[in-house]
Amino acid sequence: MDIILTDIVKKSSTTLGRDMAEESFSIEALDTDLLIIGGGTAGCLAAVEARERAPGLRVTIMEKAHIDRSGCLSAGMNAINAYIHPGETPESFTRYVRFDALGLVREDLVLSQAREINDVVRRVEGWGLPIKKDEQGNYLRRGRWNVSINGEYLKPIIAQAARDAGAQVINRVAATNLMMKDGRVAGAYGLGVRDSKLYAIRARATIVATGGASGIYKPNNDGSAHHKMWYSPFNTGAGYTLGLRAGAEMTSFEMRFIALRVKDIIAPTGTLALGFGAPQVNAKGERFMAQRFADWGGDGSPTPLRVYGPVQEVKEGRGPCYLDTRHLTPEQVRNLKAAYLDMYPSIVLYWAANGIDPSKEAVEISGTEPYIMGGHCQAGYWIDVGRRTTLPGLYAAGDVAGGAPYKFISGCWAEGVIAARSAVNDLPSLATPPNPDKAQMEAEGERIFAPRRRFQEVGEGVAPSEMEERLQKVMDEYAGGVSTFYEMNAERLEVARHHLQRLEGQVKYLMARNPHQLLQAQEVIDRLLVARAVVEHLVHRKETRWPGYQTRLDYPQRDDERWLKFVNSIYDGETGEVRILERPYQQFVSGDRYKPKE
Amino acid sequence: MTVLIDKKKCNSCKGLPEPRCVQNCPGDLLSLGSEDGKAFIWDARDCWDCMTCVKLCPRRAITTKLPYVLADYKATLVPIAGKTSIRWTLTDKEGQVEQFESVTLQPKKKEARP
Repeated sequence: MDIILTDIVKKSSTTLGRDMAEESFSIEALDTDLLIIGGGTAGCLAAVEARERAPGLRVTIMEKAHIDRSGCLSAGMNAINAYIHPGETPESFTRYVRFDALGLVREDLVLSQAREINDVVRRVEGWGLPIKKDEQGNYLRRGRWNVSINGEYLKPIIAQAARDAGAQVINRVAATNLMMKDGRVAGAYGLGVRDSKLYAIRARATIVATGGASGIYKPNNDGSAHHKMWYSPFNTGAGYTLGLRAGAEMTSFEMRFIALRVKDIIAPTGTLALGFGAPQVNAKGERFMAQRFADWGGDGSPTPLRVYGPVQEVKEGRGPCYLDTRHLTPEQVRNLKAAYLDMYPSIVLYWAANGIDPSKEAVEISGTEPYIMGGHCQAGYWIDVGRRTTLPGLYAAGDVAGGAPYKFISGCWAEGVIAARSAVNDLPSLATPPNPDKAQMEAEGERIFAPRRRFQEVGEGVAPSEMEERLQKVMDEYAGGVSTFYEMNAERLEVARHHLQRLEGQVKYLMARNPHQLLQAQEVIDRLLVARAVVEHLVHRKETRWPGYQTRLDYPQRDDERWLKFVNSIYDGETGEVRILERPYQQFVSGDRYKPKE
Repeated sequence: MTVLIDKKKCNSCKGLPEPRCVQNCPGDLLSLGSEDGKAFIWDARDCWDCMTCVKLCPRRAITTKLPYVLADYKATLVPIAGKTSIRWTLTDKEGQVEQFESVTLQPKKKEARP
């Protein structure tokens, strides 16, 4: 590590002191071969793969928090939900994922991930991850594609592996823009969260692995519980906006992810449904999924329908809805709590605080607010099978990469590995970019630090939290949030579009009282741009492909004849317009697209 | 309010460049007070309840408290993280105690890479 730090990192520092009354920001310029933006699930595995393939390669991770506990895995995880058990194949997995996504996925991407998954799971087990075993010593199944693990320490394990492999980690730097040079990506800029510096990291190749976006829509809970949400509230869409502002092509932002969760505490339900065999029931005690979604497989229906179903029950007056856990024995309840402690401990505290015993009362469920992400759904960069984006020198992996849902943890790991492999292979043709452009650096610094300057010079304006709340209200009411049962039509979307444009004009009034608010200001700017892209995607798809995730009241049917294709977008930074394109669907795996098995 | 920091117990991890909680909070929510030198949370509403800081605090100065809008007063959940396992003590609002222990890390294996 010492060798890498002293040997390879060329530092230069200049100070822009213009009119910064209280503090000036300085520029920290660094050099590397491969820059990985985001040291999470995909990023850590990308770092390990790159260093193993090319041991002399300078690999640098730019991490917004601290790599040991950052991102989605900070509390841990109790299952690997994409694994090819004996008897299954990458093809059978892809067939299932296609069924789960209602017939429209990038099958080439799903297949290529599936081919890596088992290898990557075994690698992480080798680094110390405890995986539960059955009596024969095989991985303990928790469903067709699932493996039970003791994953409380999962994030520190993969972070340590990245460090052990020799990757340099720069913690507490939040990426703000890509560095562009001669039409290619030449690294990235970032805000030093602790030191308020502008980081300019020049790289021959860059992998974006930041995760997706929460906080676009008004959350289920508000006030003191507004971050009681399922997806990490610190995944704020930065990875998407890096690409959008640089003109990268994005796909499927209209396939929003709405998770079926334990109401109020927003804990994952897979632990209950898959791990403990709890079916959905409505207020009348009816197993409505089995009754109304029998053709799709009842409680085994595609994921969007398992959210759409209970939401319709509530809407039509048969709520609340529950996962029926009343068959559990006291020992099973104890095992259930233990499983949650490895991943989502607050539900155990919630049950203890409210005197809830899941063996005596069924667990009430609800849908979450919509999230934009490519790990469960498929919102993200439009990539080739090597995870190359449409911008030369930029690769994408994990939740920020589009087209391949049902990744979860192991698929993100696999995707990190694939992206790193492509980057390493392409490096000989990617020369070291010229020195970063001074004017570009200064302009980025001015852009990032504007809310701080406003505080110092004007002293009043819009707090980032205020703008976030306003954005979430608009999206909730006009673009299919919780309060409208996730439904939308063209006219409401038009209102959302109008409000978002107006909100864009308010960005110049953002004000940051302290360095933490300066980070929050970047986050809300990112969320606003993601929201604008989401609305354009929702406007364009004139069918209902994924009920719940994307319900168009004005086009209620699925329409394969006209809409079996991907909705993509490119943002034009000059005009501020989101331009929509369509890309064809291609079938790579045989079989009926609406069946889980051949 | 989602984490409570006992200022009497916090010694700001003396000797470390940064206290463990400040260093590791995934949301950049914790910092050191400029006046008392103790850890504080920028905005209690923004906590995600991941319990990273609670697990890492060597003085057990941090506790998780669910927002009252969701949960009754009085129950507690206290983790004690060891090197290869974690122990949890759950106390419900009636004072009933339950304990759990879970393995977190197993010895590294020589990788069988293709």
